[in-house]
Amino acid sequence: MCFSQTPEKKRWQQRWFCRYCRQRRRRAAPEGQRLTEGRICAVQGLCWASLGKMLTNISNVLRACAQRNGAAAVVSARTYADFTNEATFEIKKCDTFKLDEGPATQVVMTRDEGLQYYRTMQTMRRMELKADQLYKQKIIRGFCHLYDGQEACAVGIEAAINLSDHLITAYRAHGYTYTRGGTVKKIMAELTGRRGGIAKGKGGSMHMYCKHFYGGNGIVGAQVPLGAGVALACKYQGNSELCVCLYGDGAANQGQIFETYNMAALWKLPVIFICENNGYGMGTSVERAAASTDYFKRGEFIPGVRVDGMDVLCVREASRFAADYCRSGKGPILMELQTYRYHGHSMSDPGVSYRTREEIQEVRSKSDPISMLKDRMLSNNMASVEELKEIDVEVRKEIEDAAQFATTDPEPPLEDLCNHIFHNNPPLEVRGTNPWSKLKSVS
Amino acid sequence: SPLFHKFLKEALNKVPKDKCVTVRDALNQAMDEELERDERVFLLGEEVAQYDGAYKVSRGLWKKYGDKRIIDTPISEMGFAGIAVGAAMAGLRPICEFMTFNFSMQAIDQVINSAAKTCYMSAGLQAVPIVFRGPNGASAGVAAQHSQCFAAWYAHCPGLKVVSPWNSEDAKGLLKSSIRDDNPVVFLENELLYGVPFEMSEEAQSKDFTIPIGKAKVERAGSHITLVSHSRYVGHCLDAAAVLAKEGIECEVINLRTIRPMDVESIEASVMKTNHLVTVEGGWPQFGVGAEICARIMEGSAFNYLDSPVTRVTGVDIPMPYAKILEDHSLPQIKDIIFSVKKTLNV
Repeated sequence: MCFSQTPEKKRWQQRWFCRYCRQRRRRAAPEGQRLTEGRICAVQGLCWASLGKMLTNISNVLRACAQRNGAAAVVSARTYADFTNEATFEIKKCDTFKLDEGPATQVVMTRDEGLQYYRTMQTMRRMELKADQLYKQKIIRGFCHLYDGQEACAVGIEAAINLSDHLITAYRAHGYTYTRGGTVKKIMAELTGRRGGIAKGKGGSMHMYCKHFYGGNGIVGAQVPLGAGVALACKYQGNSELCVCLYGDGAANQGQIFETYNMAALWKLPVIFICENNGYGMGTSVERAAASTDYFKRGEFIPGVRVDGMDVLCVREASRFAADYCRSGKGPILMELQTYRYHGHSMSDPGVSYRTREEIQEVRSKSDPISMLKDRMLSNNMASVEELKEIDVEVRKEIEDAAQFATTDPEPPLEDLCNHIFHNNPPLEVRGTNPWSKLKSVS
Repeated sequence: SPLFHKFLKEALNKVPKDKCVTVRDALNQAMDEELERDERVFLLGEEVAQYDGAYKVSRGLWKKYGDKRIIDTPISEMGFAGIAVGAAMAGLRPICEFMTFNFSMQAIDQVINSAAKTCYMSAGLQAVPIVFRGPNGASAGVAAQHSQCFAAWYAHCPGLKVVSPWNSEDAKGLLKSSIRDDNPVVFLENELLYGVPFEMSEEAQSKDFTIPIGKAKVERAGSHITLVSHSRYVGHCLDAAAVLAKEGIECEVINLRTIRPMDVESIEASVMKTNHLVTVEGGWPQFGVGAEICARIMEGSAFNYLDSPVTRVTGVDIPMPYAKILEDHSLPQIKDIIFSVKKTLNV
């Protein structure tokens, strides 16, 4: 137990850290006064919430033990102070192009970071699977491009940049909308086209926006010049922000991307181009679409890094490396993240006519980003199985609540039909489907 | 005597200092003033900086504002139009110049899908304050690929404002309004008008002179027939009106100034007065500006005031030829306007 040792403070004002949840707690208040922050069990150095959890876990373990006829499982109630706070991991070395050195191969991850990455990836995974379910129930319509399998990319990138930086991607955008600050509730309500959606139901799956996140873009490759333009604005305004500009292996063959490489390099724009190579552009594998599948080399005069996109630490380290490069004023840099999507291109694609089920299964069993992180944390004693399970339960609940909201929130009002055509504009009249239908548009 | 001199001086000062300014200089002034007024405004396009502008519209701006604000781009329309839109999304106010609007076809996806639709798709979260400007329509002897008029194409799309000035006042006032507008504006200039001087009132020469987008102007009042036009052909209409006036036909000439949103009320008010309407444009007839005016007049209250169907005077429905005689005959001439007026009036 550690107190913040301030003897002059009254005993009941002393604060300390609970050993399990590491939250600050106050000692019991003096008589007649109500506690303001958590209740404590000072004896074991645990707050009551954690003590409760510990007792539940002990009882669960003992129950499991009793069921197994006292088999030699690891039964001892571990004290939660025994978790390793941080560990060093060896990650895959990245291939580099026109760079003298690449991202680090020895990285440190703290327990808190690990738990946060786990929670975020699990939230994204469950959110996409829920979207899959809702689509099959025909509650989500139109296009729905799911991101499951690629979670490490979004989480790793966000871990390396600030919320004050900028990001733009293509249509497989639900994950990035979440990491950039959108809530699951608003994302799902946008998918179901309700007024509580992040774009009030006007945009749908491919057009979600939030602060410093420019969507969600439907036209393949069009987001790349946009991203360079955002970077131009960063350079123009002299803030040390950068723009992360994502596109897929399919888009990598678009001409406007090469135009953008040229201008970004010429003007030394602070943009990180990231090619999320999931092996397939819709149904066309990379071998059938590209004369050169070394997407990290396609920048020609822009240095590049090829990264294992299924390992969140690899992505984070490479993104940090790229962000440092950009912020030092050296200009753009290119990253290729080798990743994989479990679903088809979109919900209308079963995803097995151009690849085998065995391939999908193999990636799931050997390289799943969430499993990889989980194994790392468990084998390094950074978390317990129960703790991670608890996170799973919380995430499931969050998704359920969001789905509930997304299916019960009403659709946008018809009065909203013509609104938001313009920004900061006096109201105008919009022609409806017939000459007598005169609709109103406000900004 | 000193008193007389003082009186003379005062009298001279009161005389409005109208000046003759070419459209090119008016555009230059507008951009200069807006660049000075707002740090976030910048110009990018091919040859806009060190070349002083392909048509010298941006002459002197690079010398005054430097590389940061006047940016020469490589020949990558789709790329630099996208970059301009991205910069607008991130808070700047770009002016994206297309050397001619024919080249904007390469970048039209960025103009429509990335710029025009974004405010709506994001339910107002993401604004795109950008101006796309450049010469539009026929020039002289530049043949088919360099002579198309894009007014109808851009004016078709919700989310865009489409502006088409005629004289120097229009050019300056509308460009300033377009730059100050928080929405994507397509600003259609005309290369043949760049060198034409027009009188600019003292008011128009001031730094805060703007013309509202979406309002047409009655250039000449008349009572027998209404001529509606935009850009270069407003001048043709005024010339035709001068000829017709000698024959006793008084034409009311309306300068649209803005194609989208179109000021149909002004046209309707005029038609209710004159009962006859002729539209004049340089673009092709099918699905064009004149076609839209006809449809709107028919749908509105002015239809009952028409004494004859609306007549459209347009460019000939062909790709632009090169030979001078052919080129001259593929665009509306003053005699075509006079002929159409007389046919419409049945005289």
